[in-house]
Amino acid sequence: MARYAMVIDTKKCVGCMDCVVACKTENNVPESFNRDWINFESIGKFPELHLEIRSERCNHCENPPCVHCCPTGASHFSKLGGIILVHHDLCTGCKACLASCPYDARFINPEGYADKCTFCTHRVEKGMNPACVSVCPTHCMYFGDIEDQQNQVSKLLASRKYITLIPEAGTKPHVYYLI
Amino acid sequence: MNELYSTRNNNLIDPYVHVWGWEIPVYLFLGGLVAGMMIISGYFIFNGRYKEEKCSCNFLPIISIIALSLGMFALFLDIEYKVHVWRFYTTFQITSPMSWGSWILIIVYPALAAMFLINPNNMLKEKIPYIKKISEFFSKHPYLVKNIGIGNMILGGMLGIYTGILLSSLVARPLWNSSILGMLFLVSGLSSAAAFVHMIAKDRYERELLAKADNSFLVIELFIFLLFFIGLFTATQVHIDAANLMLSGSYAPVFWVFVIGLGIVIPLFIQSLAVNHKIQHTPVAPILVILGGLLLRFVIVEAGQYSKWITTTLAK
Amino acid sequence: MNSLSRRRFLKISSATVVTAATLSGSWSSIVRSAEKITDKSEKGIRKVATYCDICFWKCGAIAYVKDGKLWKVKGNPLDPLSEGRLCPRGTGGVGAHFDRDRLKSPLIRKSHRGEEKWIEVTWNEALDYIAEKMIKIKSNYGPEAVALFSHGIGGNFFKHTLKAYGSPNISAPSFAQCRGPRDVGFRLTFGEDVSSPERTDIRNARCIVLIGSHLGENMHNTQVQEFAEAIEKDASIIVVDPRYSIAASKAKYYLPIKPGTDLALILAWMNIIINEELYDKEFVDKYGFGFEQFAAEVQQYTPEWAYPETTIEPDVIRATAREMALHKPATLIHPGRHVTWYGDDAQRSRAIAMLNALMGNWGRKGGFYYPQSMDVVAYPYPEYPKSEKGKVDNPDNKYPFAHETITTGIREATLSGKPYPIKGWLVYATNLLQALPNEEETIKAIQNLDLMVVVDVIPSEIAGWADVVLPESIYLERHDDLNVEWFRDPFIAIRQPVVDTPDDQKPNWWMAKKLAEKLGLGHYYPWKDIDEYLEYRITNSGYDYNELKIKGIIQGEKQPIYFDEGVPVEFHTPTGKVEFYSLQLAQAGFDPIPKYKKPKEGPHGYFRLLYGRAPVHSFSRTQSNPVLNDMMNENEIWVNTNIAERYGLENGKYVRLKNQDGVVSNRIKIRVTERIRTDCVYMVHGFGHRSKALRSAYLKGASDAQLITKYEVDPLMGGTAMNVNFVTFEMEV
Ligand SMILES: Nc1nc2c(c(=O)[nH]1)N[C@H]1C(S)=C(S)[C@@H](COP(=O)(O)OP(=O)(O)OC[C@H]3O[C@@H](n4cnc5c(=O)[nH]c(N)nc54)[C@H](O)[C@@H]3O)O[C@H]1N2
Ligand SMILES: Nc1nc2c(c(=O)[nH]1)N[C@H]1C(S)=C(S)[C@@H](COP(=O)(O)OP(=O)(O)OC[C@H]3O[C@@H](n4cnc5c(=O)[nH]c(N)nc54)[C@H](O)[C@@H]3O)O[C@H]1N2
Ligand code: SF4
Ligand code: SF4
Ligand code: SF4
Ligand code: SF4
Ligand code: SF4
Ligand SMILES: [Mo]
Repeated sequence: MARYAMVIDTKKCVGCMDCVVACKTENNVPESFNRDWINFESIGKFPELHLEIRSERCNHCENPPCVHCCPTGASHFSKLGGIILVHHDLCTGCKACLASCPYDARFINPEGYADKCTFCTHRVEKGMNPACVSVCPTHCMYFGDIEDQQNQVSKLLASRKYITLIPEAGTKPHVYYLI
Repeated sequence: MNELYSTRNNNLIDPYVHVWGWEIPVYLFLGGLVAGMMIISGYFIFNGRYKEEKCSCNFLPIISIIALSLGMFALFLDIEYKVHVWRFYTTFQITSPMSWGSWILIIVYPALAAMFLINPNNMLKEKIPYIKKISEFFSKHPYLVKNIGIGNMILGGMLGIYTGILLSSLVARPLWNSSILGMLFLVSGLSSAAAFVHMIAKDRYERELLAKADNSFLVIELFIFLLFFIGLFTATQVHIDAANLMLSGSYAPVFWVFVIGLGIVIPLFIQSLAVNHKIQHTPVAPILVILGGLLLRFVIVEAGQYSKWITTTLAK
Repeated sequence: MNSLSRRRFLKISSATVVTAATLSGSWSSIVRSAEKITDKSEKGIRKVATYCDICFWKCGAIAYVKDGKLWKVKGNPLDPLSEGRLCPRGTGGVGAHFDRDRLKSPLIRKSHRGEEKWIEVTWNEALDYIAEKMIKIKSNYGPEAVALFSHGIGGNFFKHTLKAYGSPNISAPSFAQCRGPRDVGFRLTFGEDVSSPERTDIRNARCIVLIGSHLGENMHNTQVQEFAEAIEKDASIIVVDPRYSIAASKAKYYLPIKPGTDLALILAWMNIIINEELYDKEFVDKYGFGFEQFAAEVQQYTPEWAYPETTIEPDVIRATAREMALHKPATLIHPGRHVTWYGDDAQRSRAIAMLNALMGNWGRKGGFYYPQSMDVVAYPYPEYPKSEKGKVDNPDNKYPFAHETITTGIREATLSGKPYPIKGWLVYATNLLQALPNEEETIKAIQNLDLMVVVDVIPSEIAGWADVVLPESIYLERHDDLNVEWFRDPFIAIRQPVVDTPDDQKPNWWMAKKLAEKLGLGHYYPWKDIDEYLEYRITNSGYDYNELKIKGIIQGEKQPIYFDEGVPVEFHTPTGKVEFYSLQLAQAGFDPIPKYKKPKEGPHGYFRLLYGRAPVHSFSRTQSNPVLNDMMNENEIWVNTNIAERYGLENGKYVRLKNQDGVVSNRIKIRVTERIRTDCVYMVHGFGHRSKALRSAYLKGASDAQLITKYEVDPLMGGTAMNVNFVTFEMEV
C-alpha cells in the first residue's frame, strides 16, 4: 500500500511563501488562517549565522495523536496512502486534536470543524502534485510514495541527509526536510 | 542562541496555543467533584449508613446530578461545532479518552439516579408513589443496594481518573504528559468532595469523618504533586521547562499561593486543629479546599496549553 | 475553447515543453510537462492563458475560472520566464480582482488637492474634463507642458496618445529610481545594457556574486528559479550585504559589508585579481581598452586599504577574489537591479561591469548571454508631431549619460518652471509618492499643476492628489499590448481578459483611445478595439493569432546567445572595445576609472535606513490584495539584538522612526534579530499607506519613502540614491 510523503529541500527553499499562497487559493483556506507556513530558524551571532528555512504543515504522522484522541472518528487515516484527514460532518470542534498536535498544524475552521493540510487529496487522487509542491518556484518540494523505491522522494531520502520535526514526540512524521 | 520566526498566525494557536478557555477547567473540576461525591456517597451506601435519615448519601446524588449537568453544559459551550455534539454518541473510539469520558458520563447518570432512589426524601415518596415503590423494592434487596454503592465508587473512580487522562493523552503538551495527572485529579476531586460534604453534612459523625478524610486526601495530594513534578523533572528538557512554568514561571504565583498555600496547606492546618477539637469547625477550610481544587484545574489547563515541544532542529 | 483546439493545445504544449526541457536539460521541466497533461480540465473549470502584471517580469500564466468565479493563477509551462511556476505574488494575483478597496468609477476632485474628497462621474465627464484641460494647456504652454509618468506595459497606449498629443516628456521610476545607474555603468563599459529581464546566465554560473541583490526576497521569477538551480548544482555563492539576507544564508562566503562601501570592496577584488594575474587574459587582451592605466590605478586599492572602509577582513577579500577567478568565465557578478543607493551608483555599477570583464564572462556561458527576440511588426500609425523644445527632464544635458527620461527631472521642472513649465501630469500605474524620494517635493510640484490625472486600480497615495482618478480594470480583466520579450529564448506573450470587471473599471487602451479621440487625435487609433490591433500585429508578423490566444505564448526558434554559439563579438562603445578606461567619462569631466569615496555618516545615535523587498509583495501595489495581505499585512523594522538591548526595544512591540530631518514615521513593529549589522536598520518597502480609502492597508507598518527625505543625485545620469537617510527610535506609549 502506498505511503505518501513530502520531501522539502531546505537548501533550496527561499521562504518565499508561494506554497502558502498556493494553498490559500487552491483550497480557499479562510482569511487569516493557514494550513502551511514558513519557519525561519537562525542560529549564531552576526555575522556567523546559519539559517534553516522550513515550509511546514501537517506531517501526516504515522502515529498521529490527533487521530488517537478524536472522540468521534472525524480525524482519520484516509485510504489514500495514509493521509490524515478530517470528516467535517463528524467533527464536534472539541479541539482535542488541536491540543494534541505537537506541530500546532490544526486550526478551527470558521464553520466549526478542525481544519488542516490534506496533502491536497483531491489533486493527488488525480495523479497531480499537491498545490504547494506544484507552484514552488525553487522546485525544492517533492511529493510521492515512499514505499516505492523508484520514486523521487525515496531516492532523495536514500541519498541525502534529512530530518523530521520533533521526532521525540514519537509521531513519526511524513514530511521530511533535506538539510 | 536560536531565533525562530514563523509566518503562521492562526487563531487559538498563535502566538501560543489557547484552544481551551474557562469552560474546560470548570468542566474538569465539576467532573472531579462529582467523582468524589459518588465515591463518598457510594461508600455510605455500601456500609449501610443510607438507612440514617440524615445521611448525606441521600442528597449528594441529586447535587451530583446538578453539578455534572452544569459541567457538561460548560463543555457544550466550549465545543465549536455545537450542532454536531451528538456525534460523541454515534461511536466509541477506544483510543480516545474523550470518547471514554462521554460514555462514562452517560452511565454515571443512571448510577446516580439509582443511588438517589435508594432512600429519597419522604416528601417525594408521598408525591410520586412510583418512587416510593422503587425505594421499597431496594429496601427489600440490601445486596443490590450494596452493589449500587460499589458501582458508584468504581464509576466515581473512573470519572475522576478520566478527567486527568483526558489531558495526559494529549501528546503535544509536555506538562500533561504524565500518567499521574489522573490520580492527581481523582484525589483532588475527592478532597473537594470531602470538603463539600464536610461543609453541608447534617450528621456530626460524618462531618468529623470527612474532615479527617479530607486531611488525608490533602496530604496524599501533596505527595502526588511531588511525584508529578519528579516525573517531569526526570523526563526531557521540554518537560523540565513545563514543570518550571508552574514552579517558578509565569504560573508560579497562582500555583504556590492559591493551589498549594490557600488550597491545601492552610485548610489542612485549620482542619487538623478542628478535628483535634482545638477550634470549631468552620466552612472556611472547606471553601478554600474547593477553590483550590478549581484553580488547580485552571492552572493545569492554562500552563499545559502554554507548554510545548520546541521545534528547534538546529544544534544548540 | 472547443475540444479540438484543446486537444491541439495539450499536444503542442506537452511537445514544446519536452523539447524545452531537453534544451535546458533540467529534469524538472519534464516533470512539469507531465503535470500539465494530467492537469486535465474538469467540468465547470475554464482556463485562460495570459501574463502576470503584479510586477514587471511579465510571467506567462494560466488563469482558472471555477463556476464563473476567478479561482487561481498558475504558471504557463510554455513560458520561458516562469517555466510553469509563478512567484508568490503572481500566485496571489487573483486577490487583485477581489480587492475590496478597488477604485470603482471615475472620480473628480471635490475639494482641494490631497483631501481625498470626490464626486463620482461618468467616463465621458471624466475624459471631457481631461481633454478640455489638455487642450487649454497645449494652447497656453505647448504640448510639452503635459508629462506622463507611466510604469509597466499597460502604459503603452497612454504613451502613444501623449506622443500623438506632442509631448516627449514620458518617464518611469524604473530608470532614475531603479536600474538606471546599472545600465549606464554597463553601457560605458560594454556598450550595452543589462536590460530587463536581466541577461544574467545565473542558471549556468559556477560562481555567483550577489552585491545586495537579495534574490529569494527579490522574487523576480526567472532569477530566483535559476538561483535555486545554481544552488542545486553546487555553484559557489558569495553574498555581500549588511543584512544576513535569504541569499546570504545560501552563500559559501557571506560578507557583512559596511553600507555604502561596496566600491572599495570591488576595487580591492580587482586589485587582487590583477596582481595575482587571475583574470581572463585572452578576453582582456583581445577586447579590452585601457587595461594598463586601469591596472596601474587599482594598485592603491589593496585589501588592507579596503578593510577599514568595508570592515571585510583582507584574507576574506583575497579568498573571495580567488574563488571568483577559479570559476571564470562562468563567474557572474550580479549587476543588481535597484542600484540607486549612494550617488556613486553608476560608477559602482561600472566597477561591477569591469570586474565581470576581468572574468571574461560577457557573451559566455554562466556570464551575460545575448538575449534574443522575435520580430513582430508595429501597428502602422501616422507620424508623431516633432517637439522643438525637447525633453524637460535634463536641461542642457546636465546628466550627460542619462539615456532615459528622469522622473525627478520632470518633477524639478514642474517645481521651477525651468527650462519650461510643466502644467499637467498624467500618472499611469506608478505611485510617485512611494516611488520618488522626498514626497514633499512631489506634493509641491503637484500644487503647480493645472491638471493632475491618475490612472490606478486602487486608491493609492498618488491617486489621493489627483484632480481626476480613472479606475482601471486589473490585468486579469483586460487586454494589453503584446509582450515581445528579449530573453534567452525568444517568445511572444498575450494578455487577455479572464473575468469581467466587478464595477465600472475600464482597460487602459480604451481610455487612451477615447482620450485621443476627445483631443481630436482619433486618427492615431485606426483600430476599432485592441483585439483588432493585436490580431493585426500577430498575423502580419506571420503567426497564428488563435494559437496565441489558446497557448498564451508563441515560442520562437532558439537562437545563439553566446559568442561560441556564433553571436558576433561587437562592443558598441566609442572604442569598440570593453572600456577599462573611459574616454567619454574623461571628456565629460568624470573619473575615467571609478574612484572610491567614503559614504557620509549619519548623526550620532542614528542608524542608516535600508530597505528592500518581501517575497509576497510588490512595491506599494499589493498591500490591499486580500490574499497577499493575508501573508504579510505590515512591515517590520529589523534591529540588531545589541542595538535593541541598548535602546530597550522589545521584539514584536511597536516604535516610530524619526529621520535626520525630524520626519516621524507611522508606528512599525520591531523585529529584533541577529541578521543585520549594528550600524543600520532595515524595512520592507511599500507599507505604511497613508491613503485613507485604502482601508485594508491604511497605516499598516511604516513607509520607507516617507523617511527618505534626503537623496543623492548621480552626477552621471541623474539617478536618485536613497540609502542616505538615517533614523532613530521614538518609543510608542
Ligand atoms: N522608498 C523607495 N522607493 C522606491 C523603491 C524602494 O524600494 N523604496 N523602489 C524603486 C524601484 S526599484 C522601482 S522599480 C519603483 C517602482 O515604483 P512604482 O512602479 O511606482 O511601484 P508601486 O509603488 O507599486 O506603484 C504602482 C502603482 O500602480 C498601481 N497599479 C497596479 N496595477 C495597476 C494596473 O493594472 N493599472 C493601473 N493603472 N495601475 C496599477 C498600483 O496601485 C500603484 O499605485 O520604485 C522605486 N522607488
Ligand atoms: N517580491 C518582490 N520582488 C521584487 C520586487 C518587489 O516589489 N517585490 N521589485 C523588483 C524590482 S523592480 C527591483 S528593482 C528589485 C530590487 O531588488 P534588488 O535589486 O535585489 O535589491 P535592492 O532593492 O537594490 O537592495 C535590497 C538589498 O540590498 C541590501 N543593501 C542595502 N544597502 C546595501 C549596501 O550598501 N551594500 C550592499 N552590498 N547591500 C545593501 C539590503 O540589505 C537588501 O538585502 O526587486 C525586484 N523583485
Ligand atoms: S514555495 Fe518553495 S521556496 Fe517558497 S517557501 Fe515554499 S517551499 Fe520554500
Ligand atoms: S501533524 Fe499534527 S495534525 Fe498532522 S497528523 Fe501529525 S499530529 Fe495530526
Ligand atoms: S475537533 Fe473534531 S477532529 Fe478534532 S478531535 Fe474533536 S472531533 Fe475530532
Ligand atoms: S498539500 Fe495541499 S493542503 Fe497541504 S499545504 Fe500543500 S497545498 Fe495546502
Ligand atoms: S515575477 Fe512574480 S509577480 Fe512578477 S510577473 Fe512573474 S509571477 Fe508575476
Ligand atoms: Mo525596480
